Amino acid sequence: MKVLVPLKRVADPDNANKVKVPADGSKVDTGSLEWKANPFDEYALETALRLTEDGKAQKKRLGEVVVATFGPKDTETTLRAALATGADRAIRVDVEDEAIDGLLVAKALAKIVEEEKPDLVLLGKQQVDGDTNQVGQLLAELLDWPMATFAGTVQEEDGALLVGREVDGGQLDVRVKLPALVTVDLRVVNPTSVYSKVTDKEKFKYAEGVRFAPLPAIMKARKKPLDVKKLGDLVSDTAQKVKYIRYEAPPQRKAGEKVADVDTLVSKLKNEAKVL
Amino acid sequence: MGNVLVVAEVADGKLRKTTHSAVTFAKEAAAQLGGSYDILVIGAGVDGAAADAAKLGAGKVLVADDASLTNYLAETYAPTVAEIGKGYSVVCGTASPYGKDLLARVAGKLDAGFASDITSLLPQEGGKLTYKRPIYAGNAFVVCQLASDVEIVTVRQSAFDAAAEGGDSPVEKAAVAGASAAKDRIEWVNFNSVKSERPELAEADVVVSGGRALKEQFYEILDPLADVLGAAIGASRAACDAGYCAPDLQVGQTGKIVAPGLYIAIGISGAIQHLAGMKSSKVIVAINKDEEAPIYQITDYGLVADLFKAVPELTEKIKAAKA
Ligand SMILES: Cc1cc2nc3c(=O)[nH]c(=O)nc-3n(C[C@H](O)[C@H](O)[C@H](O)COP(=O)(O)OP(=O)(O)OC[C@H]3O[C@@H](n4cnc5c(N)ncnc54)[C@H](O)[C@@H]3O)c2cc1C
Ligand SMILES: Nc1ncnc2c1ncn2[C@@H]1O[C@H](COP(=O)(O)O)[C@@H](O)[C@H]1O
Repeated sequence: MKVLVPLKRVADPDNANKVKVPADGSKVDTGSLEWKANPFDEYALETALRLTEDGKAQKKRLGEVVVATFGPKDTETTLRAALATGADRAIRVDVEDEAIDGLLVAKALAKIVEEEKPDLVLLGKQQVDGDTNQVGQLLAELLDWPMATFAGTVQEEDGALLVGREVDGGQLDVRVKLPALVTVDLRVVNPTSVYSKVTDKEKFKYAEGVRFAPLPAIMKARKKPLDVKKLGDLVSDTAQKVKYIRYEAPPQRKAGEKVADVDTLVSKLKNEAKVL
Repeated sequence: MGNVLVVAEVADGKLRKTTHSAVTFAKEAAAQLGGSYDILVIGAGVDGAAADAAKLGAGKVLVADDASLTNYLAETYAPTVAEIGKGYSVVCGTASPYGKDLLARVAGKLDAGFASDITSLLPQEGGKLTYKRPIYAGNAFVVCQLASDVEIVTVRQSAFDAAAEGGDSPVEKAAVAGASAAKDRIEWVNFNSVKSERPELAEADVVVSGGRALKEQFYEILDPLADVLGAAIGASRAACDAGYCAPDLQVGQTGKIVAPGLYIAIGISGAIQHLAGMKSSKVIVAINKDEEAPIYQITDYGLVADLFKAVPELTEKIKAAKA
């Protein structure tokens, strides 16, 4: 199986409360934050790796995983990390972060899909900085492919995937025939969430979370192929349909009081907050 | 002038309350555009839902009812929504898993700009609808506009009050569009429902939420408290991931966004991603044995205690206080 995984880098999500919006609202200043891979995209990569291996013999790759990002030169760090983790090749589409929106990314990805002909495109369900949650759906529609968004489980079958989608009120199982598109949710990296056809799901359990690159792999990743493309070579019209006009800081909430015991809490809730 | 189409959400043949928030947005947007709003009810056997929708003050309710739409799949619904939607200035829904899945696909079909999970509609700027939406887990907002003939919008349910009932809109049949090629390559297999008798998380006045600390006793500890408060139960990601509770209880940036009158966080540390889903609640209470837990930075009342002792005591004392 050949899998394409679009990866985005984001400002360290665990410190997102440190982003600043200047008074003129011209931008969100993430200056003090490190770049990290979008966690959902790391989960998508982990899913792609699980689907292209026998869990018991992970060194032997049974398929191809291509990662792609849209961003300036320094996003190549994110791609190299993905290559070290196990991806085979990388593509960077050279563009400034502010020059793209979800639809443009989806259109350019559609072109990459046309060129690469993957059996599966695996994405995160959302980037955790823009929080838009749309690229996967847009891309599936542009390709006229079946999609399974918010996947918590993925099981490979012959020429198809059985996907458990996390939706309101429970889990919805759908079967998509390849080529198809899947966006992943958090639980997809649980130990028994994803199995390729060759992994024995009765006997094998993954470690919780995503795998880490061993040191030699980090060295080897420097030699793996990384192609650079221009956005204009992939899409003819590079105008954005979503215009960001200005930014605002959120209202602040201030810490209240600590109460001494349960009795005080109940009395405050009843008499002060009046919520009982 | 321009009109707005609300894509209703139906579950078990009934209109979901998510729809009511989208209607409130549609009302505001239609007023700004000098037009009106219609509601599209799509599915199979949705007469009941259409009758509910007719009480929400729309110009009309369109009903696309067909056996081919029996179980929701974006692949089968999107062509019809797009076909009907392209006659409108704005097509909107709520940013529930359904709305996120379907409306983004509709945006792709219509080559349209998509503003997802908006928290308010601002006054028009430059003669265009202007939206505000949170980014960076709610640590910033962006004001944006869309540049396409049809604008696709999903609204955050907790940020738009549910539209009140009143009125009796005419109900019309709408044609079902031919399906796309994608449809032949997807099969609806099964829905494992985890229905509970409690209020829906996004609609409840009180939410009692539990974290990793509750372990296997998640429901044993929380159920009695939720019972006395008539509350919905929520959870942190860690509690969901560990399987202590159902995944759709997850409150947070990447789960459900709630803003109840009272939110009680129990054994939850207060990670950024969790706060993003509940910090608009009116009154926030936390019970955590670590007095340094970040959750206390946003609580109105914090009780530093062992939850396994404090929660049963709280349950009994609230019961007494309410009696
Ligand atoms: C991409 C991504 C998306 C995420 N999205 C979400 C999201 O939407 N929602 C979400 O919640 N999280 C989300 N997270 C996870 C988040 O970062 C935290 O890991 C998670 O919220 C922690 O859950 P917790 O507070 O239950 O667990 P912990 O952080 O382990 O906290 C447990 C708390 O319980 C307290 N405790 C322990 N024992 C007791 C006791 N006996 N009595 C009282 N207190 C006790 C401890 O002091 C501690 O503060 C996301 C993470 C990532 C990477
Ligand atoms: N700039 C980008 N580069 C690579 N992948 C992206 C980019 N933007 C979005 N994606 C992919 O689309 C997914 C959903 O993002 P979004 O719809 O923007 O929230 C992400 O998890 C990525 O897999």
